[in-house]
Amino acid sequence: MKSRFKNDIMLVSIILVVALILFLFFKFSLKTGDMVVISINGETAFKLPLNTDTEKTVKSELGENVILIKGGIAQIISADCRDKICVHHEAISKSGETIVCLPHKLVVVINGEEET
Amino acid sequence: MKNTTQRLAFLGVFSAFAIILSFVESLLPPIWSAVPGIKMGLPNIIIIFLLYRFSIKEAATVSFIRLLTVVLLFGNAMTFLYSLSGAVLSLTVMWLLKKTNHFSVVGVSISGGVCHNLGQIIAAVFLLGTKEIGFYMPVLTVSGTVAGIFVGFCGIILLKYTAEFKF
Repeated sequence: MKSRFKNDIMLVSIILVVALILFLFFKFSLKTGDMVVISINGETAFKLPLNTDTEKTVKSELGENVILIKGGIAQIISADCRDKICVHHEAISKSGETIVCLPHKLVVVINGEEET
Repeated sequence: MKNTTQRLAFLGVFSAFAIILSFVESLLPPIWSAVPGIKMGLPNIIIIFLLYRFSIKEAATVSFIRLLTVVLLFGNAMTFLYSLSGAVLSLTVMWLLKKTNHFSVVGVSISGGVCHNLGQIIAAVFLLGTKEIGFYMPVLTVSGTVAGIFVGFCGIILLKYTAEFKF
């Protein structure tokens, strides 16, 4: 029993170390992006510059989301889905940051210059 | 378990437990709204219990019935695929870790929690075609570990107090 407990702690340590490495890797690979890429169903639907204030309504057969770009940050301000997880998501501005709306298969990603 | 009728009734009752726990969990407010998907994993208490008390067969059956019912009641076709992917990966890993006999209930449940999140992320990467969703994984790993510790201890308590109960 005692050695199993030790194994548990080992397992947790390994998991947490992997998570930390992943986290640091992601953190340092993030750069300030300049394009907002909105994709539906895995396909890019719109590309909008992050430095221009706009409000974009994205409609698909699955539903509607309103994306607001203001002052260099992007966020989803309204959606007609049930749980509104994407609306509660905090605003994004760095390359690689994402807001996902699972029921509408909609993804908002910030892209760096080199990728666009 | 002895006979089919008993088995059927038993699995029905435990499926109901798991469904109720899913429902209770859906009533709780989101823990951290910036990262979707952080959950306690309460239904996993039942799955862990079945896995230890009986076998992978019972655990998998109840897990699948719960998933199907919850999706029909509260979800949609998309959430079904995410949940299925998470459930299959977490059950497989828990089963294998239990088989090695090197880990306690808590260790097994932690692996289940982390793998559930990993499975959902993998499904999301494929379904949405966006690998950036992987950015959520570090946070979800930590939350899966914490949830797994809680679920594991609940499982130990449940197993302890039903040890003399003959099913």
